[in-house]
Amino acid sequence: MKLNRRGFLGATAGAAAAASLSAPMVHAAGHGKPKVVVIGGGAGGATAARYIAKDSKGEIEVTLVEPTRTYYTCFFSNLYMAGFRDLGSIAHSYGTLAAEYGINVVHDWATGIDREAKTVTLAGGATLNYDRLILSPGIDFVDGAVEGWDISAQNKMPHAYKAGSQSELLKAQIEAMPEGGTFAMVAPPNPFRCPPGPYERISMVAHILKEKNPTAKILIADPKEKFSKMALFQEGWGNHYDGMIDWVGADFGGGNVSVNPHDMTLTIDGDVNKVDVCNVIPAMKAGKICDMAGITEGNWAPVIAHTMQSKVDENIHVLGDASNQGDMPKSGFAANSQAKVAAMAVRSALTGSKLFPAKFTNTCWSLIDTNDGVKVGASYEATDEKIAKVDGFISKTGEDAELRQATFEESVGWYAGITSDMFG
Amino acid sequence: MEKIRKTLVAGLVAATTASTASANEFGDAEAGLKIFNECKACHSVGTGAKNRVGPQLNGIFGRRAGAVDGFKYSKGLARMGKDGLLWDFDKLDRYVQNPKAFASDTRMNYKGLKDEAKRADLLAFLRQYSDNPQNIPEAAPTITGTDHSVDPTILAIQGDPEYGEYLSSECTTCHQLTGDNDGIPGIIGWPAEDFVIAMHAYKDKFRPHPVMQMMSARLSNDEIAALAAYFEAVE
Ligand SMILES: Cc1cc2nc3c(=O)[nH]c(=O)nc-3n(C[C@H](O)[C@H](O)[C@H](O)COP(=O)(O)OP(=O)(O)OC[C@H]3O[C@@H](n4cnc5c(N)ncnc54)[C@H](O)[C@@H]3O)c2cc1C
Repeated sequence: MKLNRRGFLGATAGAAAAASLSAPMVHAAGHGKPKVVVIGGGAGGATAARYIAKDSKGEIEVTLVEPTRTYYTCFFSNLYMAGFRDLGSIAHSYGTLAAEYGINVVHDWATGIDREAKTVTLAGGATLNYDRLILSPGIDFVDGAVEGWDISAQNKMPHAYKAGSQSELLKAQIEAMPEGGTFAMVAPPNPFRCPPGPYERISMVAHILKEKNPTAKILIADPKEKFSKMALFQEGWGNHYDGMIDWVGADFGGGNVSVNPHDMTLTIDGDVNKVDVCNVIPAMKAGKICDMAGITEGNWAPVIAHTMQSKVDENIHVLGDASNQGDMPKSGFAANSQAKVAAMAVRSALTGSKLFPAKFTNTCWSLIDTNDGVKVGASYEATDEKIAKVDGFISKTGEDAELRQATFEESVGWYAGITSDMFG
Repeated sequence: MEKIRKTLVAGLVAATTASTASANEFGDAEAGLKIFNECKACHSVGTGAKNRVGPQLNGIFGRRAGAVDGFKYSKGLARMGKDGLLWDFDKLDRYVQNPKAFASDTRMNYKGLKDEAKRADLLAFLRQYSDNPQNIPEAAPTITGTDHSVDPTILAIQGDPEYGEYLSSECTTCHQLTGDNDGIPGIIGWPAEDFVIAMHAYKDKFRPHPVMQMMSARLSNDEIAALAAYFEAVE
């Protein structure tokens, strides 16, 4: 494996990348049109499938494997919890990708990948051939990451870190809290999906509690000493939810936790807390299919920044949360941005189309309270080592209400933009 | 020029059937000129005014909605025009107060002017270019959409729309290809020159938006031209 990787890296480094990627029709020579299989129809996978189908104008056969018929975006699922969005508004289906882009959408789980034969096996028993495989399966949780919690406890202590029924469940639990009760969160260690996500969620929970259950408390056990947009969140929590939120960081034992779903207790550094809702967000790793494919190192799948190809297998591209790419956060925006770079590289490899230099961007908006939006973002470029940050910005503390409202409105526009960029 | 005059006169007739008032009755046109500065990035009015990001506004009073030749309107405004909506003071007043409340899919990315007196001033200013076209000072500098000056050699670069299409995938995460704008402006169909000017205004940190400053900072002049060429032509 090591040899394989070194040889491949040598071949694609720098300017050689374009040349080595654009002399490839051989791949497809034996069996008609070149075939791309995409596993996972989320922010990375849906975008990649759509761009390859759209830009190759029928020259490439694209199959998208995704078990669920309705994709609920994690983005804006916190807003759903606070009542700013309804569930239908974060639900998307794959009809347009099939009907207008000619993508073969297969609702099934990928259960195995044979890299030698270049085939994917599905739970339903079918086998798909590929010339290029794109993996964008998102995240799974690390077993045993939070003592006392495993996936069988997710009904009593939801993670709501994959959207849909888990989001509905957590919302219902929050709304059923007794007067003056406690909402607890176990926050995840780095790196994890959506760095500001847990803290936006706290803001949204506080928003709904302030309205419906104003004497309720929020307790956060966090294994980190600081978190994304921390100053902005803390300022906002002080402004809007003063006295309601207790954040226990690493310095105070926030990383030393266990839960008991049966008794509904959360123990932080030896202190037992009886809680009413416990949102456990465990440590994360790449979606299991990456492990099965044998392309992970540690918890994630390392990739080459120029093309998002796996460092282990040049016929596989890994996008989004599952990849270890460098400086980009694990976000929907980032997955969407990486998908376009991968789509271009795949087309170039399979049809000889032009390869332009890779560019990446990310912006993450968060809502703190009604019309109080903040954002953080950066631009990135591909280096031989990783996706490297070029430049960035972040909202400032003390901004006026009008700017914060404009920032929130921008996030609404972004949501409409990215979901139509994913699903057509 | 003669033709334009005729259209303007026709506009006058329509407008004056509703009111015989003079242009200044509802506001202070001079104060309105200052307010119009905010509109200038997209709209032009006066001698030689042409469509830019927004349609030109000569003869707007009495004009049918969505009716300027060669301008791509939102579906909503175009339909209102077909249904017979004529711009008069009340309708313009409501539109300027809150464009989206008036036409939810309008491509005019403007949050609205809440102050009633200021709206009256603005409309008084605009009405000068509808009611009394013969009074448009021929020699006065044309009010155009330029809010930032860009080196003519940069403006002259011919962009490669194919490259622009690739680069545009970075834009379409937020700016929708339908031209819809909720919270984020639609940018399709902009005249290339306006696009280039706007991008350089961000690049030079003259326009304040941090995301756009960041995006434009790493686009070369050729890349900006390529994007402009692509977005101008995109359907
Ligand atoms: C609460 C919360 C808020 C967030 N807010 C934002 C935000 O505001 N902005 C932002 O940019 N990002 C946000 N994110 C992050 C964003 O949701 C993720 O980073 C993004 O979805 C990652 O895209 P992906 O393609 O890697 O994975 P996903 O979008 O999760 O897609 C993975 C897909 O793969 C499918 N899949 C998995 N395994 C298999 C298999 N074996 N076979 C077939 N299919 C499979 C899954 O069903 C899933 O549909 C948020 C996340 C959370 C949890």
